[in-house]
Parts: sequence; structure tokens; C-alpha cells
Amino acid sequence: MKAFLILEDGNVFTGTSIGSTREVISEIVFNTSMTGYLEVLTDPSYAGQAVVMTYPLIGNYGITPDQESKRPWPDGYIVRELSRMPSNFRCEGTIQDYLVKYDIPGVAGIDTRALTKILREKGTMNGMITTNENYNLDEIIPRLKEYNTGNVVDKVTCDKERVLKGTGKKVALLDLGAKNNIAQSLNKRGCEVTIYPAHTSAETILASNPDGIMLSNGPGDPKECTEIIKEIKKLYDSDTPIFAICLGHQLMALATGADTHKMKYGHRGGNHPVKDLKTNRVYISSQNHGYVVDTETLDPAVAKPAFVNVNDGTNEGLEYVGKNIFTVQFHPEACPGPQDSSYLFDRFIEMMGGKQ
Amino acid sequence: MPRNHDIKKVLVIGSGPIVIGQAAEFDYAGTQACRSLKEEGVEVCLVNSNPATIMTDKEIADQVYIEPLTASVLEEIILKEKPDSILPTLGGQAGLNLGMELAESGFLEKHGVKLIGTTAETIFKAEDRQAFKDTMEKIGEPCAASQVVKNVEDGIKFTNTIGYPVVLRPAFTLGGSGGGIAHNEQELVDILSNGLRLSRVGEVLVERCIAGWKEVEYEVMRDANGNCITVCNMENIDPVGVHTGDSIVVAPSQTLGDKEYQMLRSSALNIINELKITGGCNVQYALNPDSFEYCVIEVNPRVSRSSALASKATGYPIAKVTAKIALGYTLDEIKNAITQKTYASFEPMLDYCVVKIPRLPFDKFLTAKRTLTTQMKATGEVMSICDNFEGALMKAIRSLEQHVDCLRSYDFTGLSDEELDEQLHVVDDRRIWVIAEALRRGVSYDHIYDITKIDRWFIDKLAILVEMEARLEKEELTVDLLKEAKRIEFPDTVIARLTGKTEEEIRDMRYANGIVAAYKMVDTCAAEFAAETPYYYSVYGSENEAAETKPEKKVLVLGSGPIRIGQGIEFDFCSVHCTWAFAKEGWETVIVNNNPETVSTDFDIADKLYFEPLTAEDVESIVNLEKPDGAVVQFGGQTAIKLTEALMKMGVKILGTKAEDVDAAEDRELFDEILEQTGIPRAAGGTVFTAEEAKEVANRLGYPVLVRPSYVLGGQGMKIAFNDEEIEEFIGIINRIAQDHPILVDKYLQGKEIEVDAVCDGEDILIPGIMEHIERTGVHSGDSISVYPAPTISEHVKETIVEYTKRLARALHVVGLINIQFIAMNEEVYVIEVNPRSSRTVPYISKVTGIPIVDLATKVIIGNTIKGLGYKPGLAPVADYIAIKMPVFSFEKLRGAEISLGPEMKSTGECLGIAKTFNEALYKAFLGAGVTLPKYKQMIMTVKDADKEEAVGVAKRFEALGYKIYATRSTAKYLQEHGVAALRVNKINQESPTVMDLILGHKIDLVIDTPTQGNGDKTRDGFLIRRNAIETGVYCITSLDTANALARSLETADGKLTPIDIATVKNM
Repeated sequence: MKAFLILEDGNVFTGTSIGSTREVISEIVFNTSMTGYLEVLTDPSYAGQAVVMTYPLIGNYGITPDQESKRPWPDGYIVRELSRMPSNFRCEGTIQDYLVKYDIPGVAGIDTRALTKILREKGTMNGMITTNENYNLDEIIPRLKEYNTGNVVDKVTCDKERVLKGTGKKVALLDLGAKNNIAQSLNKRGCEVTIYPAHTSAETILASNPDGIMLSNGPGDPKECTEIIKEIKKLYDSDTPIFAICLGHQLMALATGADTHKMKYGHRGGNHPVKDLKTNRVYISSQNHGYVVDTETLDPAVAKPAFVNVNDGTNEGLEYVGKNIFTVQFHPEACPGPQDSSYLFDRFIEMMGGKQ
Repeated sequence: MPRNHDIKKVLVIGSGPIVIGQAAEFDYAGTQACRSLKEEGVEVCLVNSNPATIMTDKEIADQVYIEPLTASVLEEIILKEKPDSILPTLGGQAGLNLGMELAESGFLEKHGVKLIGTTAETIFKAEDRQAFKDTMEKIGEPCAASQVVKNVEDGIKFTNTIGYPVVLRPAFTLGGSGGGIAHNEQELVDILSNGLRLSRVGEVLVERCIAGWKEVEYEVMRDANGNCITVCNMENIDPVGVHTGDSIVVAPSQTLGDKEYQMLRSSALNIINELKITGGCNVQYALNPDSFEYCVIEVNPRVSRSSALASKATGYPIAKVTAKIALGYTLDEIKNAITQKTYASFEPMLDYCVVKIPRLPFDKFLTAKRTLTTQMKATGEVMSICDNFEGALMKAIRSLEQHVDCLRSYDFTGLSDEELDEQLHVVDDRRIWVIAEALRRGVSYDHIYDITKIDRWFIDKLAILVEMEARLEKEELTVDLLKEAKRIEFPDTVIARLTGKTEEEIRDMRYANGIVAAYKMVDTCAAEFAAETPYYYSVYGSENEAAETKPEKKVLVLGSGPIRIGQGIEFDFCSVHCTWAFAKEGWETVIVNNNPETVSTDFDIADKLYFEPLTAEDVESIVNLEKPDGAVVQFGGQTAIKLTEALMKMGVKILGTKAEDVDAAEDRELFDEILEQTGIPRAAGGTVFTAEEAKEVANRLGYPVLVRPSYVLGGQGMKIAFNDEEIEEFIGIINRIAQDHPILVDKYLQGKEIEVDAVCDGEDILIPGIMEHIERTGVHSGDSISVYPAPTISEHVKETIVEYTKRLARALHVVGLINIQFIAMNEEVYVIEVNPRSSRTVPYISKVTGIPIVDLATKVIIGNTIKGLGYKPGLAPVADYIAIKMPVFSFEKLRGAEISLGPEMKSTGECLGIAKTFNEALYKAFLGAGVTLPKYKQMIMTVKDADKEEAVGVAKRFEALGYKIYATRSTAKYLQEHGVAALRVNKINQESPTVMDLILGHKIDLVIDTPTQGNGDKTRDGFLIRRNAIETGVYCITSLDTANALARSLETADGKLTPIDIATVKNM
């Protein structure tokens, strides 16, 4: 069956329908990872977005247990080619069946490179995936322009507290749409990790007397999370060691007076160089963000840049003055992508006064 | 860290002659690195014995030494040039070993010279087997368990601790001879005892067998600050057991999940950090297909063949960045030259699929074992890029130029199901074709996987291609079907064959329906950033992004495809220089080529690079888009010449010598007419199609005769026949591939062989120099030792040659280059062959005469004259030194290959000896080719009857050099009768001690064995002697001329060698 990807700017790509045949409107973003399509699909930060994979051959090793949450989150999935026969010793099924199972519509067989170039030149935009051959652009485009992702954290966070047993430091993890490997990375280092829903109050978290607090990644515009920002400000004031990733990093910045802005087309992939400003070492990082902390708005008395993106100079991490708090824009938990910055979990444990 | 300004002058070591396993990729790497160093204001002093390289141009380095790559020669150069640093990681294993030797001897320290790039300690840790194992153990990286054993008992004991099967690798045998896989104790005892006997040091490595695991490679970069990135990973379609150079490779890996991918990536970074490598490095892994278990196979602490492939596959210039890192820069300070926006410290992301296929020489060596093992056998490779795997594979197949264009090109339909099953077990270069046949017969993926261990994902891709074949054969060709066939890159020729239509019909249908190739850019970043570099590959069914340019003048330069015997790196040299010359004259340049190892496919050589197969259809798609004002075909070897007719049909003007004149040189009748007109004699001959006709001509002329197909390079299929039987055999071999053109049968003349390259502007000619071969006619010019200036011919002969060259060039209306081979016999000069195009000797003669003939030829093609360019027509004055080109062979790598020389070319590369005297030049040439004699001063002679008289003189010379000469029965008798104290030794099938025992005693320097009949030596004895000599590292000579030359060089061996900087050579 034919499927169409209709972009806000009037461009239409025609391909083959994969997964659900449901019609969907979403924000279209591209990811440049060559492996890890499953981790991308199950990364809650993609909630409210449809993902284009720039690597043309997707699904080669099928569905494996390498999933970062309990389900796939993107609104839509756009690929050049899906492998008809995945091959891997852990393969449990195909992407096709997986998308159908979770009712996610997608398009295959389109020129994903041409699409990526449009998104690069014009910036991230909204789009519709439909199988309706009689689509009406005049009717659809205004709807696309109107569409707003809204608050998606609520959709992806867990509904109740959960504990991963450990004998080391006690970490409270605020789940803003956390990838599994954040908790795993801490738990593997001995930490007992308590995972809290996004709307847990600071008081509740602090009452459990954690050795440290971890703010996770998550989807959407950070400024939508007004209530959570208030709670995070309280956590900031508590003097508890805090480590934050991605959305958590942005929320901490917003909570302490800095600003964020939407990037033209974001950073999504596994090849972004970030420089640790203390050591001048460069690490290749896994990234997935469309918003960024505005370095100009930082109060040097509050927070200082700790990491910078080598390619475009955008902020990639902050260190908070006089606090045991550091936050990063990129993903030290990897999955997918390079594991080069996983040492940051060790740094967090040291900060909590423990050794791994 | 900014650049280290203490580095002012760097010595760069090249990799020497092209041999199997060390080919053009190091010219590419070295050239790129030298340019990168010069960009930084560093003075570059280059040493490489290979004159066919671009890196040895004076435009690339400030001082150029084409000298043997030995420690003592390098020491001389260092003393003379006083570089402050040496960069040893760009010249392959040869360069690395040499750098280490100089460091370990203390020479570098004594003279204040630093190794830059990677340190000696790092190189040692990566290269020394034990040190490497220890290092890996220390950081917890697994290696396959192994142990060196000196006797069978220890081998059994060790194997019992690790379990069967085990791989056995005898130390210091070449070509993997004596090795094998033992599945049980009996096999272990058999292979091991044989291996111990073959090994010069009596050692065999016993290693856990991981054959069948996935083989994956990572190309990594690290700077001195510890920043690491991976440029690319690659997956071998052929699992562990086949050398990566002989494997079909895909980039990036296709069957690894992120978990596997990152596990190995982290391991690679872990390893290079521990080894403290700075620059490019390659780590090879074996990955268990059924678990996360892996083993580190090896680490190359240097730029390698794989890094050339990775550079071309991603657009990331590894050698350039390696050179910058050596100067002290860190990755985040080096700009990405492709995007101009990002930095070298980011990892390339591909949005396409790359396939590499090795170019194996079994079409040249019919007797060689076709099996692929851990010993590399490929002479070159092709790469292709597409947005799907099937398409990339199809494009790579037709890039090979081995009469293959789809998965039906090798026909296994004649095999029974049982035989086909057997054939699936054979690991050779036709394996994917065998799998395709199995798929056609419905053999299950699992069964194929169980036998081949090729991942099912790849098998499925082959199945998709097989299914398309069937659809094209059975279904009506609809537009949709055609679109799909083109998407997976079925060429029109194949579609036409399968559908029973003509190629024109297919093309018309495509054009009528807008099914045309589009071009996508290789930009290192999957379109995330805008890229500035026009490096393209074709796809079907997508948007075209190749920028349309309309410059005043645009030229299409056709490259020479994969490196193969007979068409090597020389033609890349020519293509690149031609491109540069056009650019200098203000033309926009467009290169088409498919060889990832070469300089011509570097991203900044031409204005535009199309990484595409060199077939008429693929070129036509580019022509349709680029609309060039003309194309040059005379620099790209036979690959480009073959496209002439097709280009003319497309309406592309052929620049330089016209196609009909090229034909006139190849077409026997036309050429004979020209010879008659110009009054130039040649050996009598005729043209034939069948063996019957050939025998008739041969008997008319009288044996021996020379038999060869027309339109070939490197004398492929060329033989000297001594009787009717051999005619039958040779014509049979030639006609295994349908011949479009007749076969030539000529009277074989024995004389001095002379070779000339000349530039002609249509009126005047310029001959930079005359080259004379040391071997008499009958040995292919590419396999002969060639001397400039010609040492033994008279003035009269020289004048005749100049005159004939002029007449021929004019008669053929040559505009550009012409290459002519002559025979001089009793002051008479005969023409053997005329090639109105560039030749193998062009780089060599350009360098030794200082006359840039490709540059001149290009300018002449554009419309300049020789006089107008400031050159005096005729033969240029001779240089005041002697330059000797020595062929270099790779026989030890090709088990079973016949090594005796004849009219068909067999060498893979060449080196140069250049000196003030003939003898020193000759000595340098042998040294450069790796002949370091004497060692034990013992040799074996076995010559055919016709050579016996002459052999006496040769034997006496070696005797005078202190050699003990062993000879087989009749040779010994003859030598003894003529005053040589030869020792008689038994033939192989006689009682011990035989000649074979002598060879396996590992105390023989040299075997001189002239084959008993022409080239068709059917006595297994001679063949076995030659093979065993080669496989145990004994130098083997099959021509008495070569033997005399070697004796002469040894007679003057103790003289001190004086390196010559050829960048100072001028000749106007």
C-alpha cells in the first residue's frame, strides 16, 4: 500500500506504508545513527515526533531485547528500506510486525536523503503520514502548521515508583521519559535506584534522603514543564548531589534562571563530538535533542559551561557553581551510540562521596 | 594542542614495489600525507623504491629518493638530508619495519631524529606477538589462544588445552604454505610435521580456530591528547578464514546490532588508548555469530589498505589527518575538508552502503590455487556505493572487469545437486556465484549458512538478486519491474539478456520513462551538514544532487579501475597527472573510477569525482549529466581505451589520438598497411580465430611463434608456442572467453627488446629516452629488467628507432602519448607492438629523465605543440646516470602459480635502481626488489638443453663469487664437462637427497631454472622445484639474462651506495 509523507512546506514524499495505516501528524526529525534503530524507537524522548532514519538499511537484525523502554514512542517511522529478512542470534521478529503491534504508522521507500536535506535547510517541521491517496494539501497544510507537540513528558513517564535494588549509593531518578540504561548504568555500579514519576514533589524525593538525584532525558519543549521546573529548583536548593541528562539538564538550567531555545534541526545521532572544557578531551557522544541551553543567558555565578559541541559550539553541559551539580545535554548512557562518556556516571558516584 | 613547530623537515617512507598485500593504497596514503605536511610549511623528503607512484613526484615532496628501502640506504639519506623527524606509519608494513629498525639500532637517537606519529614503543607493542598478547591480556581484551611450538608433542599438548579445531601457521613460510586447519589429532600430526619441516626456523603457531566467525574491522583515529574516534567499521561477508584483503567487505557493518557495534567500538578505542597510537589505526575482530564473544585478531598501528577503503567509503581523509596529528594537532583542531564546517573529531555517518570486492589474479595464473585463505592473493580491489546493498554489490561486480556483470556470470548450472553442494564448501572467488546457483535450485538459507557461515542477511540479499533475474526472465518487462531492476543496479546489458530484448530497447524504455541514474554526495555526515566536496555515487529512483556546472571547458578523465597484473598503479599516475594538467589549463575536470586504493579517487584531485563502474552504461549516465566537452581515454589503460567507441556513440569528443587510429594500431591488417607505407619491418604473422587456422599460420612461419589476443594489456593470454600441441592449448585458453577480435600469431624473433614512450603533437615527436631490456625477447616487457639509457645498442639502431617512432606516430596521427616496442636483431630494427596511449613505463621514464610527459601529452592534446612548450623535438639528451627498472613478483602469495617468465606479464610491481654507474644501479635495483644476496652461497641450477652452453658462463660467474653450485643430472654433467665444479643432485622422484631436500634444507640462496619447453612446461619436476623454492623464500630465476645481471650486480656488491635526489633532475 502507498503511503505519503506530507510536509508543512508542501513537499510530499511517496513511499510504501509500513506498520499501522493510521494517519498521523507529528514533528519530523532525522536521526543519523547507523545502528541502534531499536533503541531509537524505544527512546521516550521521541514521543511527539516522527523519526526519519538517514541510514538507508533498517531492521537488518530485527527486534532484539535491546529496548530502552517498554514500547516504541515515535508517532511515525520513516525509512529508506526495511530489511525483509532480519538476521541476528537474538532476533525475535521484524520491525514491520513491531510497528503494527504498537499501531505506529510509517513510510518506507522514500528518498530519505532528500528529506533530510529539506529538514536541514528549512529546519525541523511538522508533517503527516497518511495512506489516503486523495489527500488535500490545502486542507492538510494549515493543520500541519497549527500542530504543536505540547507536553509529552506526562505521556512517557512512569506511573508509580519503582526500586532497583543495590548496595551502594542511593539514587533518586526522576523519570522524565528515562531510557532504561540510565538506571542500569547506575545500578550496574552498585547504586540502589528509585525511579520516581515526573510529577513527584521535591519533598517526597528529598524525604527518602537519597545520596544523589538523577534527572533523566525526556521529550518535548522543556518550557512546557513548568511544574516540574519548580520542583527541580527545590532540589537545586537542597544541596543534594545532582546529575542530569538532556531534558533534565535543560530543566535545571531553566530552574536556575537560564533560557533554552529550539534549534534549527537539533542533534540526533551517535557521532557528535563534545569537548570536556576541563581536560580539553573530546568524546564522541550519543545525542537526541531539539532544544538547547542558551549559553548567553547563563549567570556565571550560578553555572559554567562544562562541555561544548565541537561542531557548532552549542552548550553540551554545565557545572553549577558552589553545588554538587553537573548536567549534560548528551547521553552518557548511550544506547544507541558510543559509550565514551559513561565515565560521567562514575563521576556522579564520586560526587555522592562513594566509589563505584 | 597546536602544531609542534620543532618539526621542520620530515622524512616520509613509502612502501616500495607493489606486491600482493601492499599495493596502491600506500601511494594514496603517502601522497595525501605529503600534501598535508607541505600545506603546513613542512619540508618533505620522500624515499620509496617504486617509481610508478605519485608520491615520488617532485610536486609532492621536496626531495625524492627512489632508492632501495633498506636501513643502510635510509641512513645515508638521513645523513645527507638531515630531517628532524621520520613519519613511518604511511608506508605500510615495509615503512613501519624500516622505521623500527632505525629506531631500535639507535641511529635515530644518535642523529637527533624523532619518529613522529606513533612511537617505537607503541609499534613494538602492537607488532610483537607476545607483547601484543600481554597488552591485550592486561586490558582484558580477548585474543584467540595460541602458542608457538617446535615439535609435534607440544602441539598436541597445547591443542588438548584449547580444543579442536586449530589453525596451524608455520613461521617464515610464504603464501601460507604448510599451514592448515586440523580437526583431530591425526590431521594435527600430519599438518604440523609438514609445517615444521617447511618452516625455516622449525616453528609453527598453533591457534584456536575461529574460522566461521564474523570478521569485523574498525578504523580508528587517536591524537596525542587521547581523543579517539572511529572513522568507519566494516564487515566481511566472508567470515574469518579468508584474508580481509580477499574478502567481499561491506561498510558500515550490516548484521551487527548497536550492542555488538558499540562493544567492538569501545574495545577498539580501549586498545588504541592502551597502545597510545597517534594517527590512523586498524583493529580487526572475530565475532561469534551466536553470542557476544569476540577476539581481537590484529591491530595495525598504521595506515593500511583498510584505511584507504574506509577513507573512500566515508570521505574522511585518514592519511591527511594522520599527518596533521603527527605534527601535534588534535582532532578538534583539524577541519573536516569535506564539509568545511565540522572537525576531524567527529565520526562519519554513512547514508549509503559500500561494497568492496577484491580483484583476484586467477585469470592470469591458471594453475594457481583459487582457494582463498588467510594469505592474501588479490592484486587490487573495486569499491562501489549505492543506497542499497544489492545495488552496491551489482556495481562492484561489473567494476571488476573480469567478464562478470551479474550473479550468472560464472556458470554452475552444469553441476549436479551433489556437486553443487560440494562446490559450496569451496572457499574461492566464485563463492557468491555458487550460492546464487544454490538459491536458484531452492537450497535453503540455513543449509547455505551451515556450509559457508555467510550471514543469512547477505544470503537473502543474493536471493533478492536471483529473484529479480527470474522475474526478468519470466515476467513481462513493465515500467515498475524495470524501475525495481535498476534500483538494485541490474545493468541494461543483463536486463536485455534476461528479457531477450536488445540493450538499446532497454535503454530507450528507461529514457522514455525517466528511469535514469541520479547522483548522491558522499559527505561524511549523512546530509546533516552541507558539504562542499563533489564526490558522487549513482542511485536509481532518487533526487539528483550533483550540481550542474557549465564551465568554459570540461573534460572527462576515465580512470583505470582495479589494480591487476598488467594494469597497475602506473595508469593511476597518468590519470592523476592528466587531470592536474587539464586543471592547470583552466578546464573543469571530472574523474570516473572505482578503485578505492588510488590517488585518482581522492576527494580533492579532480573538480568532481564519480565513484562508479567503468562500463559504457555507467559512463553514459555521467555524460548525460555532465555533458563534457571531451574525454581522454589514453591515460586510463585498456579500461579507458575500451570505452572509446561507446563514448563516441554518446557524442563525446575523444581528445587526443582518434579512435580509428587506435584501432589501426590494434587491427592487424590496418597496421600491416601502415607498416608497409612507412617501410618498417615486423615479424611475419597472421590473424586467426581457431586453433586450426593458428596451426596453419604457425607451420607456415615455422616454430616458435608468438600467440596473443588483440586489445589486451600486459600480454594477457600471450604465449610462445613451440609446437601444434601448444597452439591447441593456448588458443583454447584464449577462446574460453569469446573474442571480439582475431588472435595474432607471429614469428617469434629473438633479439634485444627496446621500448620507447613518446609524445607526439601530430607533427613532431619527443622521446624522453630509450629503454633496453636485459632479458631477450620472449619475456614480457613488464617482467623484464629495463635499462635507461639503452646501454648496448648502436647509434644506428638508436637513430632507426627514433626515425621509426616518428614515422609511426605520424602515420597513426598520434596526438598525445605513444608506446612502441621494438626488437633489435643484427642492427635491424623490427616493430613488435604499438600502443597509441600511455604505458606502464611512463612514470618511470618521466622521473628518470625529468620530462613530465603526461603533462606534455595533455597540453599537446589541448592544442599546444612540443616546440611551443619549449622542447626540442626528437630524442632528448641522455641523463648522466643509469636507471634500471626491476620487476617485482608476488609468486609466493599465489600457491600453484607458474613462475617462469614468458610473454604474458606476471609481475605485480616494480622498483628502480638509479646510480652513476650501471653496476651500482643494477645492484640497487635487485636490492630494491628484496634480493639481498649472498647469504649461504649455495645455489641450484637446472637448465634446458638449449641453454646449457650459455649456462656455463653463468655458472662460472657464480662460482667465482664463491657459490657452491648444485645441478640436476644433465645440467651437472654438462657443467662438469665444461670446467664448473657442479655437484650432482637427484631429481625429485629419485632417491634422497634430491633437489627438494636441498631446498627444504633452507640453505639455498638461489635457483636458476630455465623451463624445458617454451612456457608450457609440463614436467612437474621443474614446476615443483620452482614452487618450492618460492614458497620457502628462495630467489628463483627463469632466464639466463636475469641470472647474468644478478651475477654482475653481486660482483660489485661491496661498493657504497650513493642515494640520488631525483627532484633535482632536469632535462630540457
